[in-house]
Amino acid sequence: MRSFRLVPDNTQIDFMRYEYLGYAISGLLILLTFILVPLKGLNFGIDFQGGLLIEVRTPGPAADLASMRSTLNGLGLGEVALQTFGEPSDVLIRIQRQEGGEQAQQAAVNKVKQALGDKVNYRRVEFVGPKVSSELFWAGAQAVGWSFLAILAYIWFRFEWQYGIGAILAVIHDTITTVGIFSIFSLEFNLASIAAILTIVGYSLNDTVVIFDRVRENLRRYKTMPIAELLDRSINETLARTVMTSLTTLLALLALVIFGGEVIRGFTIAMIWGVVVGTYSTIYIATPVLVHFNLRRTIEPAAAVQTP
Amino acid sequence: MLRFAPWKVAVILGICALGFLLTLPNLFTRDQLDRLPEWLPHNQIALGLDLQGGSHLLLEIDLKAILDERLNSLLDEVRGMLRPARIGYRGLAVRGQGVTMVLTDPAQTEQAVGLLKGLNPNPLSREVEVVPGDGGRIDVRLTDSTVRNLQDSAIRQSLEIVRRRIDEVGTREPTIQRQGEDRILVQVPGEKNPESIKHLLGQTAKLTFHLVDMDTPLQQALAGNVPPGSEVLPSAERGGGGQMVVRKRVEVSGESLVDAQPTYQQNQPVVSFRFDSAGARKFGAVTREHVGELLAIVLDGKVISAPRIREPILGGSGVISGSFTTQSANELAVLLRAGALPAPLQVVEERSVGPDLGADSIRAGKLAGVVAFLLVAAFMVIYYSTFGVIADIALVVNLFLLFGVLSALQATLTLPGIAGVVLTIGMGVDTNVLIYERIREESRHGKSVISAIETGFREALRTIIDAHVTTLIAAVLLYAFGSGPVRGFAVTLGVGIIANLFTAVTFTRLVVATWLWRTRPAVLPV
Repeated sequence: MRSFRLVPDNTQIDFMRYEYLGYAISGLLILLTFILVPLKGLNFGIDFQGGLLIEVRTPGPAADLASMRSTLNGLGLGEVALQTFGEPSDVLIRIQRQEGGEQAQQAAVNKVKQALGDKVNYRRVEFVGPKVSSELFWAGAQAVGWSFLAILAYIWFRFEWQYGIGAILAVIHDTITTVGIFSIFSLEFNLASIAAILTIVGYSLNDTVVIFDRVRENLRRYKTMPIAELLDRSINETLARTVMTSLTTLLALLALVIFGGEVIRGFTIAMIWGVVVGTYSTIYIATPVLVHFNLRRTIEPAAAVQTP
Repeated sequence: MLRFAPWKVAVILGICALGFLLTLPNLFTRDQLDRLPEWLPHNQIALGLDLQGGSHLLLEIDLKAILDERLNSLLDEVRGMLRPARIGYRGLAVRGQGVTMVLTDPAQTEQAVGLLKGLNPNPLSREVEVVPGDGGRIDVRLTDSTVRNLQDSAIRQSLEIVRRRIDEVGTREPTIQRQGEDRILVQVPGEKNPESIKHLLGQTAKLTFHLVDMDTPLQQALAGNVPPGSEVLPSAERGGGGQMVVRKRVEVSGESLVDAQPTYQQNQPVVSFRFDSAGARKFGAVTREHVGELLAIVLDGKVISAPRIREPILGGSGVISGSFTTQSANELAVLLRAGALPAPLQVVEERSVGPDLGADSIRAGKLAGVVAFLLVAAFMVIYYSTFGVIADIALVVNLFLLFGVLSALQATLTLPGIAGVVLTIGMGVDTNVLIYERIREESRHGKSVISAIETGFREALRTIIDAHVTTLIAAVLLYAFGSGPVRGFAVTLGVGIIANLFTAVTFTRLVVATWLWRTRPAVLPV
């Protein structure tokens, strides 16, 4: 059996030439997110907003959404959202946070159960009180914030601070645009979404580190090569690996989207975006940013020692 | 890089075998496992509530209610001390963490302070602080440590009561633990009806026996004319108008109960109870002195029944009748046996998953995992041929190690956790990809097969470690800040990364080296 190559040997794509085009595209994506999120909003799940979520399986081959909607709207529980979930007989009911304390929320669950009767099968009941939901939101925000700091610190420690700046810019870019994806597709933004963002951060960084590692190696090897050329070379040398790993990860994610069930679909769709954007940001943000720093200065003394 | 000491080979293979051995118990049912020899590992991966079905309830204790109760009794104590000493005061009220008052005669301040210091159980303890102010003002405050102790013991007591109530209904393997300042996490796997658990925990179950105020007609009381020692309580008694005038004094309380059982009396479900000796004495005295009067049985501020005392009850046992169903009689008996909660509990978060959704999720997760594995494995073989096969073997070892560690730790596998495993399959081959690409590169630079492989491993290793640590950072933070299912994801991701690192630096290298010495290829097959 003969192996083959997706990326031909000695590929030399002039990535650095498109540096500013990359920045422009990224800037545009970020801008779009900043416009879209306040305008369209995020589809916050009950984790962060509080409220009730009930997943039921109705006996018929397909659920009668219209009659369910009118039954539930008649209960006076405020905004009730219904959607089919996976199978046509499965319905996801979301009810807004009720006025009053935690007891009011419990009363609402009981009302719904009484209204729908015993014929439906309650597959899932989730209820998050207002206090818990704001706590969960802060915990999520903190997790993302701390991960940025930890990553900055690690890259600084392993490389130099310039690399840390490049990596953190890329990661912030990935995070913001992922939030944008949640808004565009109205994917439910919940605890799993925070997990998705952190995993994307990890993945994107993984990619970035691999190229940075090569940059550092090449800086030692080609002492006089112009930085832009050296960065290009580093990206090209690792391109085969970048493409290959993105592909295998995408294959696994594809299996999850198709077969993994409805509950984690939002998570996997976000992850797919993450793999694509993470790879992109490594090549077009994290690495090009390095051009603007004097990378050689830090290794100059070592070179000077070698010159007689 | 490509030479292994025999002991190293043994250790590497040993660890891989261990991973396999630790994974094995997951393929058996519990019964089959019990029949396996003692020396084999028996630990299985625990399934999260989202996979096996069950209820997750986060309960919050009303700590303020506990403090309020303590402050009200402090108020009574202060009143009880100043009155007999003939110290006049006005404006006695609860304020903040204590009570405050103004003495009518400021000259008595010193005497009053001295007296109120006696609120501490002994002169050395500082449960209560007495602070005199200007113009005869005195503040009596509970110290911070007193409040802390009060709340702490309330939580510990609540935990105990919750545990007893859940044990009483015989739920299997519940998890009940304290969370943070004022919360209790209850997880009951496989519970089909979380409502009954919630109902059970939603009641304080404070049982008290009071005499009914026969002198005050209900109409008069409702008109606002309630005598100081009485109060109007809602009542479930038939024909009573839904309310009843009851004396405030507690004759006997539920704390004196030693047993309560559901039973039948004249074909009606009732709850029989038995007092301890002190309770029996008090109960006997009350019933002897008040034959012919009504005795109200009050549960959580509501009269459940008020039977007439026909004769003194001296044996210390009796029955509570009322409009019970078999189920509600049973529940009341459980509540009375387990004891009263020090304060009401509120459900602040609930996540209940039915068993069939859990089963569907497992099925979906398994299918996704298998498909992902097949796709990735096939792709690797097509792309790297022989080395692709090695990568696939490494991936299998990797998964065994992952599941083995999860089993040994008895970690909880959740649906996001399964997603983490699937992701590990996709990202796990990255280490092999890094190594192989580096080998290809070295060989392009004109290195010999052995030298290319040797350099490839060495150079790739540094990158692999750096890249893994960054993902590990994300996993650790997810674990630290995440809750429930998300933690499950963090665990599988984290363990997956470590297992992956291990297989890359040891197992893959060993297999490649062995293959190399066996076949001694002239051209690189990558």
